[in-house]
Amino acid sequence: MTETALADPPTIVPFLKFDERGAPFLAGSRCADCGTVYAGERMACSKCFSRKPFEAVRLPTTGELYTFSIVYRSYPGIQVPFVSATVDLDGACALKGTLVDVAPDTDHVKMGMKVEVVFRELEHKDKQGRPYVSYFFVPAKG
Amino acid sequence: MSEDVYVIGVDMIRFGRFPDRSIDAIGAEAALLALDDAGLGIGDMQALYLGNVSHVTQYVGQKILQQIGQTGIPVVNSTNACASGATAFREAWMAVKSGEYDLVLAVGVEQMGKGLLGNAGGGADGVPREGLLGSRLMPALFAEVGQEHSRKYGTTPEQFAKVSVKNHHHSTLNPKAMYQIETPLEQVMGAEMIAYPNTKLMCSVNVDGSAAAVLCSARKARELGMSRAVKVRASALTSDRFSERDLTLPDFNTCTRDAARVAYEKAGIGPEDVNLVELHDCFATAEIVHYENLGLCGEGEAGALIDSGATWLGGRIPVNVSGGLLSKGHPLGATGIANIYEVATHLRGEAGARQVEGARIGLTHVLGLGQACAVHVLEKA
Repeated sequence: MTETALADPPTIVPFLKFDERGAPFLAGSRCADCGTVYAGERMACSKCFSRKPFEAVRLPTTGELYTFSIVYRSYPGIQVPFVSATVDLDGACALKGTLVDVAPDTDHVKMGMKVEVVFRELEHKDKQGRPYVSYFFVPAKG
Repeated sequence: MSEDVYVIGVDMIRFGRFPDRSIDAIGAEAALLALDDAGLGIGDMQALYLGNVSHVTQYVGQKILQQIGQTGIPVVNSTNACASGATAFREAWMAVKSGEYDLVLAVGVEQMGKGLLGNAGGGADGVPREGLLGSRLMPALFAEVGQEHSRKYGTTPEQFAKVSVKNHHHSTLNPKAMYQIETPLEQVMGAEMIAYPNTKLMCSVNVDGSAAAVLCSARKARELGMSRAVKVRASALTSDRFSERDLTLPDFNTCTRDAARVAYEKAGIGPEDVNLVELHDCFATAEIVHYENLGLCGEGEAGALIDSGATWLGGRIPVNVSGGLLSKGHPLGATGIANIYEVATHLRGEAGARQVEGARIGLTHVLGLGQACAVHVLEKA
């Protein structure tokens, strides 16, 4: 992700973007009328139905684990167990993802715990051989 | 004043796995059972409404008529996730209520096979999103909703598990249930963990099945005889209006509360007037949250409600005496009409060993991921 001369790496969601310095971030939109924040781009606000142009915002990288499940059975090839997490990003919107860097059990994963968003390269590569980039949740430091 | 609408014939096949049968044959069987129950034939039906998820582009409604009688009546095939059958029933109800028809048939049918339901989310790039962006599989989604309830009210894994103990017990009294086995609490909690806190015995059973109902105008019902008729007091259907996290964690609560509120208002009753409930226990965690969503207890009291035994057969408000989706089975498109069959059978006093004594008013609830929620209130005529 340091080779800014190249096009941006492939990402796992369309709202994961790279700034001019090549740093990844999650792009969001804020309703000009009611202030509701969404991940990604919007045509209209599903809360207040406003169609005024949305303000482009960066979603925060801090938040709180709202709810979760520990998934033990999934599709073939999907590594289990993993923590399926719904996180409330501070002052923004909720975001679904996988909580990593923590033992997947209820002694270590607690609703209400502070988490951070991190960006990591995946083993999956696109046709040009570039690794996909995704976001993950990790327990907040400190 | 629009027409009152009655169910004058209703039935379901025993749920099971029928990989060697065609889906139209499975659906046709329930259609004929319901027509027999009404003492009518396909030639008496003025329209057919079909609910199905898995074979939506095969136009199963027409295929059923090709099996049992090509009368040329209008057919509408509905798909609305797990609310598909209830949506077809509601379309049939509206058609009669409008005065357009006197007699219509609603059929729900599904042929599923085994396995996990949900969307792996593999894009055109071939990278599976499952496990990468959390889980979009049903067990995890409904587990997260249960955990939300635990967070708010301290609901325990044991309280969720008790739902499965109850519904599996009820199914031992229902000869049309897929399974008829007792599952003690230790067995439920000790079963393979699928998505915490839901173990395998806390997940509904994927089965093949069908159910059907004949709906009738008041005028025609009086002509045909009302002795076993069941009145549709209210029909409500909702989608997911905006709520804080719905676009991230599907909000199954708000659309259920909205549908329940509309149904109670239209029926002119409250939850205290309901004698039995068939609700959407696709996972044990779901039944707990729907106790509150349907007003069967106060906010935060669902754990205490299951502990009290009130939702067992013989309790204050029996829930899922059929065995529910957890044990009767959950053939997606058939479920919404199978629930109508269950409640109608009690209102008719024909439920045998699992009869809810003196039942006069019953409520059915189904919920499809998407979201689609349907609530019907039925009353002994």
